[in-house]
Amino acid sequence: MGDLMVARTQMATSLGFHIVFAALGIGLPLLMVIAEGIYLRTGNPTYLALAKRWSKAFAILFAVGAVSGTILSFLLGLLWPRFMEYAGGIIGMPFSMEGFAFFVEAIFLGIYLYGWNKLSPRAHWLSGIPVAIAGAASGIFVVAANSWMNSPTGFDIVDGEVTNVDPVAAMFNDGWFHQALHMTLAAYVATCFGVAGVYAWGMRKGNRDAYHVSALKIAMGVGVFVSILQAVSGDLSAHWVAQNQPVKFAAMEGLFETRTNAPLTIGGWPDPETRETKWAIEIPGLLSFLAERDFEAEVMGLNDVPMDEQPEPRVVHVAFQVMVGLGTAMIAASVWFWFRVWRRRAVQPSRWQLIALIALAPAGFIAIEAGWIVTEVGRQPWIIYEIMRTEDAVTEVPNQFAAFGGFTVLYAVLAVTAVWLLRLLARSRPPLERTQGDIAHDA
Amino acid sequence: MMPDDFSLDLPFAIGALLLAGVTIYAVTGGADFGGGIWDLLASGKRAKEQRLEIARAIGPIWEANHVWLIFVIVLTFSCFPPVFAALSTALYVPLSLILVGITLRGGAFIFRAYAHDVIIAQRNWGVVFAVTSALTPMLFGMCAGAVASGNIRIVDGRVTSNYWGTWLGPFPITIGLLAITSCAYLAAVYLCVETEGDLQEDFRKRALGSAVAFAVLGTIALPIARRDAPQIWDGIWSRETWVLIPAAVAVGLVTIVAVWMRRFRLARITAILGIAILLGGWALAQYPYLVVPDLTYENSAASNAMLRVNLIVYGFGAVILIPALVLLFAMFKGKNPAMTGEYGASTGELDAHEQPAAGH
Repeated sequence: MGDLMVARTQMATSLGFHIVFAALGIGLPLLMVIAEGIYLRTGNPTYLALAKRWSKAFAILFAVGAVSGTILSFLLGLLWPRFMEYAGGIIGMPFSMEGFAFFVEAIFLGIYLYGWNKLSPRAHWLSGIPVAIAGAASGIFVVAANSWMNSPTGFDIVDGEVTNVDPVAAMFNDGWFHQALHMTLAAYVATCFGVAGVYAWGMRKGNRDAYHVSALKIAMGVGVFVSILQAVSGDLSAHWVAQNQPVKFAAMEGLFETRTNAPLTIGGWPDPETRETKWAIEIPGLLSFLAERDFEAEVMGLNDVPMDEQPEPRVVHVAFQVMVGLGTAMIAASVWFWFRVWRRRAVQPSRWQLIALIALAPAGFIAIEAGWIVTEVGRQPWIIYEIMRTEDAVTEVPNQFAAFGGFTVLYAVLAVTAVWLLRLLARSRPPLERTQGDIAHDA
Repeated sequence: MMPDDFSLDLPFAIGALLLAGVTIYAVTGGADFGGGIWDLLASGKRAKEQRLEIARAIGPIWEANHVWLIFVIVLTFSCFPPVFAALSTALYVPLSLILVGITLRGGAFIFRAYAHDVIIAQRNWGVVFAVTSALTPMLFGMCAGAVASGNIRIVDGRVTSNYWGTWLGPFPITIGLLAITSCAYLAAVYLCVETEGDLQEDFRKRALGSAVAFAVLGTIALPIARRDAPQIWDGIWSRETWVLIPAAVAVGLVTIVAVWMRRFRLARITAILGIAILLGGWALAQYPYLVVPDLTYENSAASNAMLRVNLIVYGFGAVILIPALVLLFAMFKGKNPAMTGEYGASTGELDAHEQPAAGH
């Protein structure tokens, strides 16, 4: 691997690591606040136990998210100094705002985690709300900066020099809304299914008590809502990409030849040698409809652009299929779950439903990783779309492999320890639940 | 050396904001590192109590304090992008090591708190926490020393100095040691305020010892600065700024006397003031340079539009941030926790009644 490829892999590893914790940092506070809110309304101690349990898991996850996010803020410069020199003065605003959101999240998390005995129940619940809002806001701000790389606006280039910078226009570039919406929903979807999977696992092992049922209710209650919305937001995103980044769209769909009445290609393997996508299921005209809202419309294929301006279709197409496939599976699982609840008038998931939820526990996170692969690899060879190539942005510091190896080991240590601690936490039963459970047990 | 009309000088205003960020990080985040250093050096028959107290003191605030570092980084790359690009390249090695330090320190703190019933894991992460708490400020100090020394050279936007020599000289190393000592000193002074009895005496001794070490190192740093960081040396003795060194010495002496006389709240204020004076003096001494001798406020600033928008964002942000920070510190640093009966408790670990299910 050359230094460019090592730098790209290191960036991908770092983002791929951080995004898991970032997504949970957006999603878990919401579930936490909902659980504590239900406790305040109903006085049911099961929900208080859930809120406490989730806040402890969140403390671990937030710490790992905060330090891995710090790594990323430095890596932008360590790996891509030329990019930051060019872009820092244009897209700095969302980063500054993200700094504030992170501040608010960290401050109120400190209050929330350590304030159980210092605040009234109501004030404590209120202190969780800024954590949930700031978590979502910081994600939105960072994604706004990323969307600028896809649709760079808010400046002019005169004689190769950047002038007339408008930081507000750069932040609210054409792509920010659909990307921010898609990522925020993705964080909620991933968290809900992750949490649901954990409690489905407990129920499979026989713990069909109020604690597990309540957790599943909250996770799937939010989950069904956000996963369906995510399908709508996904369509918005696909339409935007088709309109603004036709090359990325062609790579996502494995479309080599420009054509009218283009089919939607499900699955398959795009072969860059023969310039066709093999073994795929094709639905005639649907791709034209998704791109242009017209079954007969023309859709551009990869062959229309020079080879050195094409992203790798094998990576982009497969990642896109994974994302859409898992998203569909999660919608199906959550609708199925509530259908049975409606039929039975109670949360009594069947064995197969529990197995499905356990299997889908990592699905949201895998879909997020796949989605970022689509948007980032799909933009190649550009780091700033049609303005700066990735190869021109990379650092000149040699021996990137050493740093890559070091950081990868660091991530492995953090991940292993965090997972081990979460398991430790999961095995310790919650106080209120246990009192009731033990009474039942002894009886 | 201030510009005549700095109300209109956007780069200078952002520079002042940057200095404020660095200073607050040094006196808050720095003290959290200092806590880790005293964890490493915990000794005597109250070593365990010292460690517990340090964890209690840091617990609720360290993540908020850490955000000041992000604030500084983001402000640098959005308002002085060439500075960020140049430092990321020239200081690639120490900055990467800082990241390892920050990551392991943060991870270790939380892992240690939650692994409380698995003794080996707790002990190992405790060691990681303590060691990285000492190494990280050392590296920060070395980077600061490199920036001030004039060793980092940038020609036509490219870094031409090598990746090791700039931060491994006598001057950066001395500044690194000063940084470690200042973190330890701040932490010891703060911990005196938050403890009582024998434990308070332990931290009082540590505060006095580290204050003396800081003074000695500071004295050693001066002749080295004269030789290795001439811009700083000339800067601190210029007509406008010469008063800062005597002021820092005076404030330092007041702090030592205050700690000696057990006036710890006063000592906390003067200790913070002393660090603020030193950092402000550094910034003024190397004015108008951000990275001596090639990058200045003027030649590395982003467009006025970007600087203005940042000032506006930070202005609005402060309206939310300042009350929130006041609330956080009032809740956890307002009263002496030793007096409110919370001493040693609620460090974030599992509640005492919440034991693992195994064995039930």
